[in-house]
Amino acid sequence: MKRIGGALGAAVVACSLLAMGMPAQAQQKTSVKVGFVTFLSGPAAGPFGVPAKMAAEAIVESLNAGKGPAPYQIKGFGGLPIELVVADEAGGATKQVAEFRTLVQRQEVDMVIGYIGSGDCLAIAPVAEELKKLTVLFDCGTPRVFEEASYKYVFRTRAHATMDAVAATMYLLDNRPAVKRISGINQNYAYGQDSWNDFEASIKAMKPGVEIVTSQMPKFGAGQYGSEVSALLASNSDVIHSSLWGGDLEAFMLQAQPRDLFRKSVLVLVAGEPYLHRLPGKIPDGTIVGARGTNGVFAPDSPHKRWLMEIYKAKAGVDPNYPAFSVAQAFLGVKAAWEKATAKKIGSAIPMGAAKNVKEEMEKAYAPPTQDELIAAFENSTFDSPSGKVKMGLGKGHQAVMGTAYGTTRFENGVVKVGNIKYYDAERVTPPEGISSLDWIKSGFRKSK
Amino acid sequence: MGARVVSQFIAVLVDGVVYASWLFIIAVGLTLIYGVMKILNIAHGSLYALGAFSAVSLSAAWFSQGYAAMGSFAMLALAAVLVGLVFGPLIERGLLQFLYGKDEVVLVLVTYALFLILEDFIKLVWGVDPLFVQGPNGETPYGLLGNFEVAGLTYPNYNLLLLGVAVLTGLVLTWSLNSTRSGKLLLAVIHDREVSAALGINVSRTYFVTFTIGAFLAAVGGALTAPTVSVVTGMGAEVIVMAFAVVVIGGLGSLPGAALGALIVGMVRAAAVHYAPEVELFSIYFVMAAVLIARPKGLFSGAEVRKI
Amino acid sequence: MKLDRTGLSLIVVVVMLLVSGPFLPSWMVSLLNVSMCYGIVVLGMMLLMRTGLVSFGHGLYYCLGAYAAGLIDQVWKMPDMLLMVAGSIVATAVVSAVLGLLLAKYREIFFAMLSLAFSMILYGLLVKSASLGSTDGFNVAAKTVGGVAVEGDTLRVTVFSVTAVILGIAAFLLHGYLASHRGRLAGAIRDNELRVEYMGASVFATVHFNYVVSAVLAGIGGALMAVNIGHIDPEMTYWPQSGEFVFIAILSGTGSVFAPLGGALVFESVRSFAYEYSPNTWQMVLGITMLVVMIFLPGGLWSLFTRGKAKEAAT
Repeated sequence: MKRIGGALGAAVVACSLLAMGMPAQAQQKTSVKVGFVTFLSGPAAGPFGVPAKMAAEAIVESLNAGKGPAPYQIKGFGGLPIELVVADEAGGATKQVAEFRTLVQRQEVDMVIGYIGSGDCLAIAPVAEELKKLTVLFDCGTPRVFEEASYKYVFRTRAHATMDAVAATMYLLDNRPAVKRISGINQNYAYGQDSWNDFEASIKAMKPGVEIVTSQMPKFGAGQYGSEVSALLASNSDVIHSSLWGGDLEAFMLQAQPRDLFRKSVLVLVAGEPYLHRLPGKIPDGTIVGARGTNGVFAPDSPHKRWLMEIYKAKAGVDPNYPAFSVAQAFLGVKAAWEKATAKKIGSAIPMGAAKNVKEEMEKAYAPPTQDELIAAFENSTFDSPSGKVKMGLGKGHQAVMGTAYGTTRFENGVVKVGNIKYYDAERVTPPEGISSLDWIKSGFRKSK
Repeated sequence: MGARVVSQFIAVLVDGVVYASWLFIIAVGLTLIYGVMKILNIAHGSLYALGAFSAVSLSAAWFSQGYAAMGSFAMLALAAVLVGLVFGPLIERGLLQFLYGKDEVVLVLVTYALFLILEDFIKLVWGVDPLFVQGPNGETPYGLLGNFEVAGLTYPNYNLLLLGVAVLTGLVLTWSLNSTRSGKLLLAVIHDREVSAALGINVSRTYFVTFTIGAFLAAVGGALTAPTVSVVTGMGAEVIVMAFAVVVIGGLGSLPGAALGALIVGMVRAAAVHYAPEVELFSIYFVMAAVLIARPKGLFSGAEVRKI
Repeated sequence: MKLDRTGLSLIVVVVMLLVSGPFLPSWMVSLLNVSMCYGIVVLGMMLLMRTGLVSFGHGLYYCLGAYAAGLIDQVWKMPDMLLMVAGSIVATAVVSAVLGLLLAKYREIFFAMLSLAFSMILYGLLVKSASLGSTDGFNVAAKTVGGVAVEGDTLRVTVFSVTAVILGIAAFLLHGYLASHRGRLAGAIRDNELRVEYMGASVFATVHFNYVVSAVLAGIGGALMAVNIGHIDPEMTYWPQSGEFVFIAILSGTGSVFAPLGGALVFESVRSFAYEYSPNTWQMVLGITMLVVMIFLPGGLWSLFTRGKAKEAAT
C-alpha cells in the first residue's frame, strides 16, 4: 500500500508536470498575440490599470476593424489581427518576473506591452532581454530603466518622469514668481520620493533662497491624513507640491478641503489630470495640474486624439485619462514600426528582372516582419499618437521623448476647466543622454554632456 | 517662537487623539474576537472594507432619492449593522465553527484565506474604481457637521463624532462585559472554555455572538471611514497590520489595552508627522517592537499558568 | 550521519533535476527555480514549526539574504553566485544570532508578532534608502559561479543546477539535524518546555540555535531568489511575503524534509496557473485552495503520503 501511495503521488506530479510542459501546437501565423500587463487589482487598478485595459481593448477592436486614423488604417498590425492576452500586474516585481516568463513561454505571445509600476519595469527589462522578447513599457515613469542600462528588446513609448518636476517648477515660477515657502506631501515609496527630490532640486536650481518648510511622506495607502494636513496648515506654505495619485490623492483632497488648506496654499498636482473629472468641486480653483506629458486635456487637437476620445468613450462611457493615452502610444508605436518594417522589406525585395524565385521573394517580403526587423524599425522612430508626435530619442532609440504641459484649474458650471496651459519642449525638460536625471537638475540643466 | 512651539504641541495632541479614536474603533473588534475566541482575525480588514463599500452603496441610494443629506449618517450606521449581521454569522457558522480547537496559527491562516477571498469578492461586486460617499452637490457627511478651531488650525467636527463613537464603544463594551449577565458568562468562557461548557454555558452561542459583534465593529470602522476617504479595493490590507500593532501593544484580548495601544500609536504617529516626518513610516513598528521587548505580552496582560 | 531512505531519495531527486535541467522548457525551469528557493525558506519554517514556533516575519531574513547578495553584486562588484550565497549566510547568521537572543524567549503569537515588527522595521529602512532604489529595488545578476565565468543559456542551466544542489545539501543537512539528539529536542520543546529543562537540556539554547538555522535557510533562499529572478525589492520583507511562507509550511506539513519542497512546488504552480487563467480572481482561487487544504488535510499535503502508511500499519 505504501509503495502504491507513493508511486501514485509521484505519477500525479509527473503527469501534471508533463501536461504543463506540453508545447502549444505550432500554427501558421494568423494573428499577433500581444501580452498586455496592467493592474487589475490593488490601489493602482482604478485610476490607471483598468482604464489602461479598457483603452487597450478599445484600441485593438478599432485597429482590427481597420478604423484607425491615418496612417493607421491597415487592419491590426500589418493586416494581421491583434489578439490580447491580459495579465494582472499586482503582486510585486518578483511575481511579475515569473508571470512574464509564463506569458512569453507558456502563452507564447509575440510581444508584451505593459507595466505601470516602476519597480516592475526595472525587474522585467533584463528578463525581456534574456528571453529575447520585444517588450514595450507603456506607463512606468522611472528614468532609471534606460539610465542604468541599455537594452535591445525593451522600449518605452512614454517620456520618463523627470520632466514632471522640471516643468512643474518652470510653470510655478512663471506664474507665481513671488513664491517663498514650499512644502510637499508625497507617498513614501520610490516614485513619491523621486518626484519630491526632483522638484526640490529644480526649485533650488532655478530659484535659490526658496524655503522648503516641510516634506510630508505618508505611507503608501495610508488613507488618514489628518496629522499631515495639520502640519501643512501650520507650515504656512505658499505652495504645496504633491505627486499623490489614486485613492490616496482623493482621500487627501477630501480631508484637506474642509480644513481650508487650499485657501492658504496653492496646490501643485504633478499627476492630477485623471482626477479633474472625478473630484469636481473638490479641486480648488488655481490648482496647478499636469498629466505626465501632453496627454488627456493637454493633448493638442488632432485626428488621433479625436479617434481615441471616441472609441474610449464608446467603451468606458467617460473621457480617456492619461494612462489611456499612454496605451495608445504603445500600440501605435508598435504598429508604425511594424508597417515601416514591412514597407522596407517590400521596397528592398524588388522582384523585377530575371530573378527566378519571384514567388518566394514576394512571399518573404510580404511575410510579417521578424522580431529583429521590427526592432530595427522601432529604434529611433517617430510616430503620430493622440498626444502628438512621439520620438524614440533617448536610451539609444528605445526611450520616447516628448514635451509636456501644465495648466491651472477653474471650476465652471459644474465642470473643472484647465486654463493658462503652457507647453514645454522635450529638450527643455528632459536630460540629455548619458547623465542621470538628478545630476542634470543639480548641474543647472546643462545642455550637453 | 514659544507660542509656535505650544501650538504645534497642541496640534500633535489633537491629531493624536483623532487618529487614536479611529484606530480604536478599528482595533476593538479585533481584540474582542481574539480575547474570546483566540483567533487573530485577518479578515477583520475585509469586514472593515465591506463596511466602507456598503456605506457607499447605501448612501448613494439615499442621495439618489433626494432625501436630506443629514440622513446619510443613518445609512452609515445601517451599513455597519447589515455587514455585521450578514457576514458575521455567515463566516462564523459557515466556516469558523468547524475549526475551533485547531492551532492558533492555522486559524490565522484560515482568516488570511478568507481575507483573500473577500478581497476578490469586493472587487467583483464593486469594481476597482475608487468610490465616494457623496451627495449630488458634493456634500459629504465629513463636511456636513462644520468645523472647530484649535491653536489656529481648523478641524472638521466629524472628528469629534469619531472620538464620541470610540469612547462610547469602549464604555458600552466594558460595561456589558463587567455588569451584565451575558458579559460575565463571556468572561467565564474567556477564562476557561472547557469548564464553562461543563457548567452549562452555551460556548458555541457565545462565539457566535462575539464574532458577530466583532464583525459589526469592523464594519462600523469602515462605514465611519468611508466619508473621509475614497473607498478603494485593498483598503482592508492597509489597516489590518496597523490594527495588529495596536492590539499587540495593548495586550491581545484586552479592551483597555486596545484603548491605550491606540492612544500610543496615535500620539507617536502625530508627533512623527509634526516633528520628524522622515521616520513616520516605521515609527509604529519601532513602538511595537519596543513594547514587546519591555513587556513580552503587551501592556495589559495577565500572568499565565504554566502547564507541567 | 548515515544514509537512510530520505537521504537517498534526496540524492536521486537532485540528480534527476540536474539531468533533466537542460531539457526542460525554460518556463518550467523558472517555476522549479522559484519553488526550490521557496522550498529552502520553508525548510527553515518547518524547523521552527517543529519547535512550536511560527514566525510572521521570516521575510526579514529572506530579504536580508537577497540584499546581501545584491550588495555583493552592486557595491563590491563581485557577482559570483556562490559568494552571494556565502554573503547571505553570514549576514543572516549574524543578525539572527542577535535578534534570536530576544526572540528565543518568546512563544506563540507573541513570537509571531515581534518577528513581524522586526521585519516591518527592515521594510521601512529599505523604503527610506533611496540609494538602494527604495521600493523599486534594483537588479542583481550573477556572472560567475565559484570564479568560473558563465554566460547566456549556460548561465541559466548553471544557476538552476547550483540551486538544486544547494537545496539538496540544505535538505540533507537539515534531515540529519532533525534526526540528531538536539534536533529531536525541538518536538519535545513544542510539547513541554518544562520537562525539557528538567531533563537538563537548555530550551533557550536549542530555540536560539533552531532560530538561527531557520534564518540562514531563509537567507540562502533569498539570495538564490535574487539570482534567479534578477531583481530584489523591499516587498520581500513585507508581511504578505512572510504570510506566504507560513502558508506553504502549513500546506506542506512537517513530516519530512520533502514536504516543504513539494508544498512549495504545488503552491507556485497553483499561483502561476491561477494568475494565468483567472487574472481577475486569482486571490480567490488561492484562498479557496488554502481553505480546502486546511479543512480536509489538516496535516498538510504530506499527510497524503503518510495516510497510506498509517493504514498499512493498522492492517
